[in-house]
Amino acid sequence: MIEVAVVATAQMPNVRAETLRNEVEMLMPVLQEVRARAGLDRTEIGFTCSGSTDYLCGQAFSFVSTLDGVGPWPPIQESHVEMDGAWALYEAWVKLQLGEVDTALVYSYGKSSPGSIHEVLSRQLDPYHVAPLWPDAIGLAALQARAVLDAGKATEADLAEVACRSRRAALANPNAQLRWDRSVEQHLAEEPIVDPLRRSDCPPITDGACAVVLAAGGRARELVERPAWIRGIDHRVEPMALGLRDLTSSESARLAAERAGVGEGPVDVAELHAPFSHQELILRAALGLEDHPNVNPSGGALAANPVMVAGLTRIAEVSQRILDGAADRGVAHATSGPCLQQNLVCVLEGDR
Amino acid sequence: MGQQRVAVVGVGQTKHQATRGDVSLAGLVREAAVRALEDAGMAWADVDAVVVGKAPDFFEGVMMPELYLADALGAVGKPLLRVHTAGSVGGSTAIVAAQLVQAGIHERVLTVAFEKQSDSEAMWALSLPIPFQPPMHAGAGGYFAPHVRSYMARAKAPDHIGILVALKDRLNALKNPYAHLHEHDISFDSIRDSMMLWDPIRYAETCPSSDGACAMVLASERVADAADGPVAWVHGTAMRSEPTMSADRDPVLPRGGADCARDVFAQAGITDPRRQVDCVEMYVPFSWFEPMWLENLGFAEAGEGWRLVEDGVTQLDGELPVNMSGGVLSSNPIGASGMLRFAEAALQVRDRAGEHQVDGARTAVGHAYGGGSQFFAMWVVGSDKP
Repeated sequence: MIEVAVVATAQMPNVRAETLRNEVEMLMPVLQEVRARAGLDRTEIGFTCSGSTDYLCGQAFSFVSTLDGVGPWPPIQESHVEMDGAWALYEAWVKLQLGEVDTALVYSYGKSSPGSIHEVLSRQLDPYHVAPLWPDAIGLAALQARAVLDAGKATEADLAEVACRSRRAALANPNAQLRWDRSVEQHLAEEPIVDPLRRSDCPPITDGACAVVLAAGGRARELVERPAWIRGIDHRVEPMALGLRDLTSSESARLAAERAGVGEGPVDVAELHAPFSHQELILRAALGLEDHPNVNPSGGALAANPVMVAGLTRIAEVSQRILDGAADRGVAHATSGPCLQQNLVCVLEGDR
Repeated sequence: MGQQRVAVVGVGQTKHQATRGDVSLAGLVREAAVRALEDAGMAWADVDAVVVGKAPDFFEGVMMPELYLADALGAVGKPLLRVHTAGSVGGSTAIVAAQLVQAGIHERVLTVAFEKQSDSEAMWALSLPIPFQPPMHAGAGGYFAPHVRSYMARAKAPDHIGILVALKDRLNALKNPYAHLHEHDISFDSIRDSMMLWDPIRYAETCPSSDGACAMVLASERVADAADGPVAWVHGTAMRSEPTMSADRDPVLPRGGADCARDVFAQAGITDPRRQVDCVEMYVPFSWFEPMWLENLGFAEAGEGWRLVEDGVTQLDGELPVNMSGGVLSSNPIGASGMLRFAEAALQVRDRAGEHQVDGARTAVGHAYGGGSQFFAMWVVGSDKP
């Protein structure tokens, strides 16, 4: 395989509602920043790949307009996935394996604020048997949380610990949306909004954008002092129907982690895309990080959850720590679909 | 560290029609996928990864429908990717699938593209709404008609060229049992007399709105060498994108399309496409795009594309047959339309195209475009190993 690394990352500070700028306007400063950090001009990018969904914009072919923000002239090699940006990064990584180009720009963006995101996400469900019932994303997550509690895999206090730790960690993250220092007791004093989930167990509604630059082999070493090498990356999917899987574990995340080689070395930092508090516990178990002391130092998706972006943001967070020399080897995870249906795991490492 | 060879070892498609009310979305994609697997002599368990493509999710009203389709497409426990690059998506999806093999990541990749347009009203879905865009046009034809008019003026093309293209494609479709439109009574006069929809584009010169799916199995050299029947080797793939709004653009003969063709022909060692390519499936949703793309892709000099049409060069028995399957003008499930072009090219070089087979086809081109003539995907496939 050709060695590929993340050489630069940039994020828009996550906000509840970006009302003044459209998606292109949101994205352009992020693209400019990431290219500047990589030291690459617009015309020096070999391949461009993005992730987004029309269901947030409410417009068919929404990514077409956004591409204009990239400045694709002369014409560029470019692709788009209707998936979280983490999968756009996967496609770019595959492209770099072909050895035709040695740099790639990956970006994703999402404005959840214009619609009712938890109901919008119900449009992902089986259109004949489930979607007509409009089960919203919090309701489905609550079913999963209840299954976790009933299986004795966690307590409500464990969920509260995840939520409190995430918002506390976010105090040190200038890009985070929800930051506070509250106790488990304060969390448990909230009334559940969809039993057993309390409002603080749920992710915020977020508008955001993220971009990374990838480079292959020697090019990565030319561009930055300490590239964040992608040592392994894999993704797996499960059936959508909740009755066809064990909601208290994540077989697809476990398999992706195994294929990506998570267990083949020490993990300094892990960023898990767990929008709901109980999901961090499921993912920790799937990745073999049950008692790991450094999970989601950014605050994770509980501190900012830009849909279609939050997975790529996890990769950016781990990569930036390696680029900065704050970590040597880390794990980033992205999820998609109801109740952790689809999962991607990426292992990143810096030269020592 | 070179790229691995990749070949098409299985092709499947649905019967395309205005409404496939007999199948669900899952049933539609499975119909194509099962046929591709049967053609490849494979079972679901043999597949390493699945790559799905389709155009806007609003067309069926299901957000990211590949998640719901994961089970129906046998993707459980496997990697599943969903590509969306506007109208070129069927081609881009096949290219992403091919790259997974070329990169040495997988050996057998199932790729599926579909659209079930009867679930919505595609014409209005393709009319960009306020507040995002000024309401400039109704339907894709309204967007492209000025490009066609501009081409006619620049190339000094006579007015009947579009009619000749439409007649050829619809007659070719009669030889393709999967095609949506089977118009046995079609004639030059019936096309000329059909309603003018978006001047100069007549009703009979436009693509239909179809339900349909296409699937292919892409395999490594090791797997392809062991296949029973003929396979289609991929000799080159290329994609290009350019902006929607830019003063630099020429939407009639877009630079992105020309760059894409140059790239893919260079990979395939083709220096004279008109002579070295045996047949072409190109994305022609409105008849006039055949001469336009012939020029854009380098099969004809600028201003000369329409002469190839008039001289019968692009007929099924011509020197350079174009759209042997009947093309987009005869079946248009948008998300699948690009992949159908790529798949027809593969069928031709495998000698599996049935009644619309071009005798002795050994090198074929598949082409797809999307957006406002700004997204391009192409591949060259051949009977021989590259």
